[in-house]
Amino acid sequence: MVVWTDFERTTIKDIFSKIDYAVVGQAAFSRCLIVYPWTQRYFGGFGNLYNAAAITSNARVAAHGKVIMEALEKAVKDMDNIKATYAELSALHSEKLQVDPDNFMLLGHCLTIVVASQLRKAFTAEVHAAFQKFLAVVVSSLRKQYY
Amino acid sequence: MLKCQDLICEVGRVCAFPVSYIRRPQIELNTTPTATTGKMTSLSAKDKNTVKAFWAKVAGKEEQIGCDAVSRMLTVYPQTKTYFSHWKDLSPGSAPVKKHGATVMAAVTDAVSKIDDLTGALLSLSELHAFTLRVDPANFKVLSHNLLVVLSTMFPQDFTPEVHVAMDKFLAAVALALSEKYR
Repeated sequence: MVVWTDFERTTIKDIFSKIDYAVVGQAAFSRCLIVYPWTQRYFGGFGNLYNAAAITSNARVAAHGKVIMEALEKAVKDMDNIKATYAELSALHSEKLQVDPDNFMLLGHCLTIVVASQLRKAFTAEVHAAFQKFLAVVVSSLRKQYY
Repeated sequence: MLKCQDLICEVGRVCAFPVSYIRRPQIELNTTPTATTGKMTSLSAKDKNTVKAFWAKVAGKEEQIGCDAVSRMLTVYPQTKTYFSHWKDLSPGSAPVKKHGATVMAAVTDAVSKIDDLTGALLSLSELHAFTLRVDPANFKVLSHNLLVVLSTMFPQDFTPEVHVAMDKFLAAVALALSEKYR
């Protein structure tokens, strides 16, 4: 059972209220495909992913980035039930998409870096810690249905 | 199942691999075919130049970066505090944290200048970490990540995805050189 402090709850909701899902989603997801190129293996139908410029301007990448952020918002809206919220998505990622769960935190790292670049000084060590904890809970929930 | 639409792909039939995974133009690869280690961490000339150019922009702010990175590491990944139980104060920005941040950054800056031979440059530091400090090498990744986050907050325009991947590779190569003497 995840225990959230008041600071953590407020911080997470605050971050998600401040960021533009389309912008941050696109930036984080494209960064993941560029910095960790093996993650491209799951997106063969996305067209041209040959280099950083192509990835950055790819419309399907941008659209999918927004999808990811909207899915994360579900967790933010019900922080005490993230495991239940993601049960279906976990099954999807394990059974249908067959994504190596080690990749989840790679996207998490890129999202942290993009959020950090947006919030800058406001992304203090304490805020960063709360965000990292949130991502860890999300990743753990997504891993739940793998066996 | 996807059909390969890449005209230069030798396979050119229905296969299980995504199109972009099958074939990449040689110039886009980050590792050269003649790289002696052939591992993920071999730095191309482009990587080295990107790292050096970005590091030049960072000049003068090393202490601030180092202090923030170590502070973050101790706060966000509390398990790393176990290595610093001899410090009086582990809070963000404290005196020992600041001092250590500066020490770490000086070593990283030195590594940038000796980027062509990281193993040689980090030999004595590797011995220190292996025999005296006995830091689990998994933690090198942790500090590296925190360093990248700090760079992202301080240089949001310059820390592009291209710079990010080069820096990530560089720090991974530094971590590998630091792990040389462990066993």
